[in-house]
Amino acid sequence: MKGMTLNLLKLTFILCLVPFFAQADNEIQEITLDNGMRVIVKEDHRSPVVVSMVWYRAGSLDEVNGKTGVAHVLEHMMFKGTKKTKPGEYSEIIAAAGGRENAFTGADYTAYFQRLEKSKLPVSMNMESDRMQNLVITEAEFKKEIKVVMEERRWRTDDKPKAQVNELFNSLIFRVHPYGRPIVGWMNDLENMTYDDAIEWYQMWYSPSNAIMVVAGDVDTKKVFSEAIKYFAKIPAYQVAKRKPQVEPEQNGPRRAVLKAPSKLPYIQMGYPAPTLGKDGIKNNREAFALEVLVGILSGTSSARLNQNLVRKTSRALSVGASYSMLSRGGQSTFEMYATPSKGISVVDLERDLKIELKKIVDNGVTDTELNRVITSVIAGEVYQKDSVFGAAMQIGQLETMGYSHKIVDDYIGNIKNVTSTDIQEVIKKYFHEDALTIVTLDPQPLDKNKKLKGKPHAH
Amino acid sequence: MLIKTILISALILFSNISVAKINIEHWKTNNGASIYFIENHDLPIVDINVDFRAGSVKDTKQKSGIASLTNHLMVMGSGGIDEEDLANQFTDLGAQLNSSFNQDKSGFSLRTLSDKKNEAIDLLALVLHKPNFDKNILEREKKRYISSISQSDMMPATIASKAFMSALYGDHPYGLSGSGEANTIEKIIKKDLDNFYKNNYLSNELSIVIVGDISQKEAEDIGQKISLGFTENKIVSSIPLVREKKGEEIRISHPAKQAHLYYGAPIIKRGDPDFLSLYLGNYILGGGGFVSRLTQVIREDRGLAYSVYSYFMPYIEAGPFQIGVQTKKNQVNQAKDLIEKTVSDFIKNGPTSSELKRAKDFMIGGFPLKLDSNKSILEYVSMMAFYKYPLDYLDTFTKKIDKITAEEIKSAFQRRVDMNKFSTVIVGSE
Repeated sequence: MKGMTLNLLKLTFILCLVPFFAQADNEIQEITLDNGMRVIVKEDHRSPVVVSMVWYRAGSLDEVNGKTGVAHVLEHMMFKGTKKTKPGEYSEIIAAAGGRENAFTGADYTAYFQRLEKSKLPVSMNMESDRMQNLVITEAEFKKEIKVVMEERRWRTDDKPKAQVNELFNSLIFRVHPYGRPIVGWMNDLENMTYDDAIEWYQMWYSPSNAIMVVAGDVDTKKVFSEAIKYFAKIPAYQVAKRKPQVEPEQNGPRRAVLKAPSKLPYIQMGYPAPTLGKDGIKNNREAFALEVLVGILSGTSSARLNQNLVRKTSRALSVGASYSMLSRGGQSTFEMYATPSKGISVVDLERDLKIELKKIVDNGVTDTELNRVITSVIAGEVYQKDSVFGAAMQIGQLETMGYSHKIVDDYIGNIKNVTSTDIQEVIKKYFHEDALTIVTLDPQPLDKNKKLKGKPHAH
Repeated sequence: MLIKTILISALILFSNISVAKINIEHWKTNNGASIYFIENHDLPIVDINVDFRAGSVKDTKQKSGIASLTNHLMVMGSGGIDEEDLANQFTDLGAQLNSSFNQDKSGFSLRTLSDKKNEAIDLLALVLHKPNFDKNILEREKKRYISSISQSDMMPATIASKAFMSALYGDHPYGLSGSGEANTIEKIIKKDLDNFYKNNYLSNELSIVIVGDISQKEAEDIGQKISLGFTENKIVSSIPLVREKKGEEIRISHPAKQAHLYYGAPIIKRGDPDFLSLYLGNYILGGGGFVSRLTQVIREDRGLAYSVYSYFMPYIEAGPFQIGVQTKKNQVNQAKDLIEKTVSDFIKNGPTSSELKRAKDFMIGGFPLKLDSNKSILEYVSMMAFYKYPLDYLDTFTKKIDKITAEEIKSAFQRRVDMNKFSTVIVGSE
């Protein structure tokens, strides 16, 4: 919902392998307006609908200590009125047009979207144009909405043990890089945030020159361009702050932490810093694609190794998975594995099991059958993704705000096909060594420390 | 093993309707399965969904979880092919097999490239017709179920949801937890799954929806191939009626930071003539996201919660009307009072004319969004097929919505939504 925070790393895991790059045809056209705003259109005439998105290249990556969460808070405030409209008024206008709308904040971007019947596209453009330049943030509205965001944090993270483990994991593996901070922000920062902080963020990043509009669906590209010019070209641009490169220093020794939370089962999340695909799509190409195929072999298909070996064959784990995202605006990624041990198996046992799975590949490589399965999944996934107009718009927006060209998708399958068993062995040897390991385990606690409440709930 | 099609369409009665660009062909196989077919060659994809009346409503309290485990193990080995081989065969085709499960239904869906459809559909038929229900796999999965149940039983949302359904339904099977309880899963043996499959996976309780790059003739063959693997049994176990029950208030301690509140009662079943009035009214009350009254009162005006909602979930028999919210513990009583007042006002006065107009604009103007991909068409038509909606449902939906008056909504709420019968569950109450 409005204020859905998407953890970039997890998001791209969900899309991993299959849909992310799934769009090789080139019916995508774009223009850049005089103020620097880009407009990208993909026609798809299967159904009389349109998806419209505005992506800002601003996310938690751009925040500073003490103000974490402000990118996401501003996303909430974008629904709270402009010089022309009352708080929530645009939501009513979109709903009355039969539309669905929402927004999400990631580490690398903040995006706003509407799904509408195709003739209603101007309703969306009018709203986005207005709130790009005329947002009004009052103290009264801010004070209510910051409470909503704190509730969101409680719901999303504070009461969910695995989310807490993930938050701790990120803050351990990234000691310096802003990816170590939660997208939703630390509670203390939310408690001390003021409406000035939100205004400052808006004034710093919401220039049209820092925005990309993506429109996909049953539209005429030329008409979309002329509408976009009408609604956006006059918005004055300003220079957004120069971004400094932020590089995580090399890790020299394993980092371990334990998180205690009410839970029945333990849990383990472990991982290593990993390279990302260069912005030209070529730099680090071989390593990034080797990791991409590796994650597919370990966890990407129903035949993948981790589930087969640790859940189905040996019952060592109740659930298990791996994730890696080759794409990142911040130039940093991680390769992660996580698992819930079966009864009688400890997190220490599982840590060893997961490392053995990597060691087996270093020793014996992967088979051609496994490589082919990943290729088959990718090729099929590319076709399946064409069914989703929303997915197409998401993909273009993510790639472009992260600094990649959406055209790099054309080479995706070719690059996947080029990966060899040796490539995979080499990335494991190079990146997955003990001194680069970060590991967080969940130490389950009873619901009530005095254990009085075990058993039947009491009614009164 | 796979039964080849021998019957032809002579025995099949066709009818069709058009919705925007969607043309639904519908027929019944001669052993009673209901087939819905939407032909579309825009993409080289075929989607198939099959649903059986084999959800957790068919469970008993003593051994709850049989229905869910049956659904779960269906995709773990079939026709003597073990689970690894089966998974590999689907992966090698680039095909995706998924299962779904709820109170009423057990479902399986296949997505395949059209040039691999014959092999993929043969595999799907094998999965559906000849499940192994392997004993070792059953024991392994029982352990996973029990662990997962014990984990969710500590989570406030699950505790609240279980207590709520139990308060609403008492001993009715809708009150059972869909995936069973640790002590009932423990008792389940292979024979239970074999019997459950035999008694509930019936051709006359089967609906099949086929969407995509495939011809009518091929769709007919698929319908035959899948349905003929099942037996017809017209004497099927009926689902007990939901008895009216007194509302109760249940408060359960929990150390979480937020309290979880559920509020509601069983109200309507599928096909109920009041459904559209209640559905449209509920959009205004709490179904319409940012623009609903509940969101306005709880979130926009006071910042009490990230999410507050209400919905009617009609089942084969009376399904729940449910309101839910999560909020900081010390705010939950305030949220409860505000919700009660908002619902009570709505029942008493109904919607305003401007609210009604905006709700209709949303439903009618946004109708194309419900059917904007093969996947969404598959899901929507599968729901229609499973609950035996009239074939002209999509055609008439917007017209019916347009005719509903504020008075009809008020009357429907006043007749059907009785707050005196509502139960309240609060987990994490201070």
